[in-house]
Amino acid sequence: MSGTLGKDLLGLEHLSGDQIRLILDTAEPFKEVSERAIKKVPALRGKTIVNLFFEASTRTRISFEFAEKRLSADTVNVAASGSSVVKGETLVDTARNLEAMRIDMVVMRHGSSGAAKFLADRIVSSVINAGDGKHEHPTQGLLDLLTIRDHRPIAGTKVCIVGDVLHSRVARSNIWGLLKLGAEVAVCGPASLLPLGIEALGVQVFRRVEEAIAWADVINVLRLQLERMQTGYIPSVREYYRVFGVTMERLERAPRDLLIMHPGPMNRGVEIDSRVADGPHSVILNQVTNGVAVRMAVLYLLAGGNPELAEAAKGTSDR
Amino acid sequence: MKPILLRGARVLDPANGRDEVADLLLEGGLVKGIGRALGTPDGATVLEGKGLVAAPGFVDLHAHLREPGREDVETIATGARAAAAGGFSAVCAMPNTDPVTDNQAAVGFIVRQAGLAGFARVYPIGAVSVGQKGEQLAEFGELVAAGAVAVSDDGRPVATAHLMRTALEYARTFDIPVIDHCEDVTLSHGGAMHEGVTSTRLGLKGIPRSSEDVIVARDIALAALTGGHVHFAHVSTAGAVALIREAKTRGLRVTAEVTPHHFTLTDAACEGYDTNAKMNPPLRETGDLAALRGALADGTIDCIATDHAPHHYDAKEAEFDNAPFGVVGLETALGLALTELVEPGTLTLAQLVDRMAARPAAIAHLPGGALRPGGAADVVVFDPGQEWTVDPSRFFSKSRNTPFAGRRLRGVVRWTIVGGRVVHTAGDRPDAPDRSGR
Repeated sequence: MSGTLGKDLLGLEHLSGDQIRLILDTAEPFKEVSERAIKKVPALRGKTIVNLFFEASTRTRISFEFAEKRLSADTVNVAASGSSVVKGETLVDTARNLEAMRIDMVVMRHGSSGAAKFLADRIVSSVINAGDGKHEHPTQGLLDLLTIRDHRPIAGTKVCIVGDVLHSRVARSNIWGLLKLGAEVAVCGPASLLPLGIEALGVQVFRRVEEAIAWADVINVLRLQLERMQTGYIPSVREYYRVFGVTMERLERAPRDLLIMHPGPMNRGVEIDSRVADGPHSVILNQVTNGVAVRMAVLYLLAGGNPELAEAAKGTSDR
Repeated sequence: MKPILLRGARVLDPANGRDEVADLLLEGGLVKGIGRALGTPDGATVLEGKGLVAAPGFVDLHAHLREPGREDVETIATGARAAAAGGFSAVCAMPNTDPVTDNQAAVGFIVRQAGLAGFARVYPIGAVSVGQKGEQLAEFGELVAAGAVAVSDDGRPVATAHLMRTALEYARTFDIPVIDHCEDVTLSHGGAMHEGVTSTRLGLKGIPRSSEDVIVARDIALAALTGGHVHFAHVSTAGAVALIREAKTRGLRVTAEVTPHHFTLTDAACEGYDTNAKMNPPLRETGDLAALRGALADGTIDCIATDHAPHHYDAKEAEFDNAPFGVVGLETALGLALTELVEPGTLTLAQLVDRMAARPAAIAHLPGGALRPGGAADVVVFDPGQEWTVDPSRFFSKSRNTPFAGRRLRGVVRWTIVGGRVVHTAGDRPDAPDRSGR
């Protein structure tokens, strides 16, 4: 099965700007489906999708599941903790066994960078990367793009990603997607949490969050994994909030209104002030809503759906 | 054993300053004569050497033969056979076996297995510390008496500066090198590839150059303190090259090796998460590659060693993070060296033979590395111009984890002769019964 995106969605690095725009444009008509009383269209009726989650996930897994169900696909959820993986089965054996049951797509979250490509190279079904290690989380990048586009044109917008970029797959997908659509991109965080050579990707680096806020139109605040202290990347949560926290006080000094984003789950009072997260400029819940539409678009396109017929596909509902 | 007369090859023996077309007569396991128009003894096997190079058999200071412990991926016999196929008449076996080669029984076992196999000579390297745990010094005296030619905790670094100091001091009694795998594990912890733009893009944890450089600097300071001989395994960074060059100008007893994969490939080979490009130290960047080649040319790096590290197909058929480090190298070393170093003019053919035979033999005080009447008849005869394509299914090694599959290389080993006996002939195929179970 393949469409205009190819067989799989593994990341945004190797997609073109046109392909990314196609996904965002395809997501637009699907937004409305979730607003209906009967949230279901038949676009993927008869398709079988496996959600294979080797790492804990609430938001992404549920968002994919809603997207699949609202497109009428048959879905199965496999969590690593309850599966043959704990009995020592390899990833490729797990996937081949699933495929032997005649499935169409696999949505996978995995702790190792490159795991999605590894799988995609070895099975004929479509693979959608729902996060692989520190590499990419393309549907998160896409839903972030869609959310920005709801508020302003992406080209020319200045977006700063603040926090633990080193360990963040969300940051990498955002960087690729934003750059391909013409945004200016910066990252900000303690140098111990910024990967070596990040500038070579085409982004600016701010050492102080105040400078980032003064520069940006959009701040995308990353979650700080609490175990980063034990591993010596930062001294303490308290210190992190003091130096890098996105606080109301800091935003009030911004020269313009900023859009505030966060991929979740948030650590309130660690990387973001609750007053900011819940404030008027926060689009954090819009991101979650858009996540379902973007994932519907990706599933639809990978299943070979014609982008021009997305509107029609959702129109022929409720039979 | 019948005498062998190799006729009319270009005899290249940098240790004796010889580079001439001559005949080479091998008899009774020894070199009998080198010169023009040597008579053909009765019953001698005559090998036609026209257009070929005859050199002292290559010596690999760094190979993992996996036996005992992982006979499913390599044995001493298959490793020594692969070495012969690569033109090596001698190969040194690293001690990170299971159990670890840290006692005379383990060393004796390797010597015995190698003798039974009868391909390349195998010289055991003993562990620096008991169980390679980095705590208690292994019994070097016993190891050397049983046949060990060096000590190393390879696979990991000599754990502490204190242990390295005592190892260097204690090794002086036996005049053996302490071979160190230089890696500060607090810097490299969890790393899967070189730290740089590629690791950033791929989202893989990086191993910085400094992880190697700080331990090289430590060991140089300890070589200065103790007067001991440090041999640096698989140098991978421009920084380490600079440190070693400086240490040599100070007259310290430091030597170093580089692997064919480190002078051929960069971290770009990790694109697409190819686990056959996962090795430790990791493949670095073009600047490092240039520094390594320059260091081989000017003698800062003394020799080429393979770090032959066989792994099972299933182990490499995994997520990049979960795959083991290492690649096989015995059967591609000469081809890579000729193609990547001699062809572009970085090394002359004579320098290459020096870096693959004379120097490594000298570092570990091994016999061989030279061709002189009365010396061991360990000879490699190769065609430096003949091209071939790397086909892992034709490896004599039990393992095929190479990043060079499909690569066109120059330089084919025609014969490898060990102790006056031909142990490899071009066109030999790994025979099927030995290769079952894979």
